[in-house]
Amino acid sequence: MKSTIYLFIGITFGIIMYKSEAASWFRIYEMFHFQSFHMFGLMGSAVLVGIVLVQFIKRKKLVDINGQRIEIADKAKSIPRYLIGGIIFGLGWALAGACPGPMFVLIGAGYFPMMIVIMGAVLGTWFYGLLKNRLPH
Amino acid sequence: MEWILAPWPWYISGPLIALIMFTLLYVGKNFGMSSNLRTLCTVCGADKTCEFFCFDWKAQRWNLLVMTGTVIGGFIAAQYLSEHQIPDLNPKTIEQLQSLGIESVGTDYLPTEIFGNQAFSSPKTLALLLIGGLLVGFGARYAGGCTSGHGISGISNLQWPSLIATIGFFIGGLIMSQLILPLIF
Repeated sequence: MKSTIYLFIGITFGIIMYKSEAASWFRIYEMFHFQSFHMFGLMGSAVLVGIVLVQFIKRKKLVDINGQRIEIADKAKSIPRYLIGGIIFGLGWALAGACPGPMFVLIGAGYFPMMIVIMGAVLGTWFYGLLKNRLPH
Repeated sequence: MEWILAPWPWYISGPLIALIMFTLLYVGKNFGMSSNLRTLCTVCGADKTCEFFCFDWKAQRWNLLVMTGTVIGGFIAAQYLSEHQIPDLNPKTIEQLQSLGIESVGTDYLPTEIFGNQAFSSPKTLALLLIGGLLVGFGARYAGGCTSGHGISGISNLQWPSLIATIGFFIGGLIMSQLILPLIF
């Protein structure tokens, strides 16, 4: 039963990513050239509604379906890892035109060369694991 | 039905993304797609190479299901909820990309020069796709999250680290899109 919920959430998310064109390489290019409000509106409205929902969760001390308080873990304070890691991610995002959600969505949509991007992303994650202790965090 | 088949405007899609995050929190999980890449490493046996991948990947099964769902969602959206959807881009974007030799702009969802099946027979395209993926995977794990985990979840929770990461995403994206892409194509 629970498996179905996760699958359903993923299907919905995949449809949103495709239909909103957040999975389009062209839209990512256009965003990084500030030639359209579309992607900024998309992320901006997601964040605005997200902030309201998270505040609501905190104020109302909402519990999840297991009866546990919904807590969002804080991330460790640091600058280098977020900034350097972020920049590296951004370079790949603008090149491949897809972040880790849309790359899977696009396989479903039939763009099979995206498999190479996914292979690269898995390898990149592995390289990070191997080099982790030598990188500034 | 018309409005479902048309491209979805940002003011519908954006709030829906926030609802996806909320739903995941409500079922006791969190919204973060790049974690799946780490799980896939472990499934492939990376736990034998370093400690970072030593964790019980079965506890992440739920997220792999979300990931599988996105593939199905992409199929449904492209096959049944679209009539050959083409992003309605700024004419300036179209002109710029045409001058870079990307002729498929304005005629397809993705540049077919890069994502069409002929990519498999072009070593240059294969290299670009692989490098793009490597950067995304490495960067996401180094930063501790991607557009979903930092950009949406983290900023919604007003976390400074996520704001820094998201600023990083944009710096990197601007460098690639404005400075490096014109040299590649």
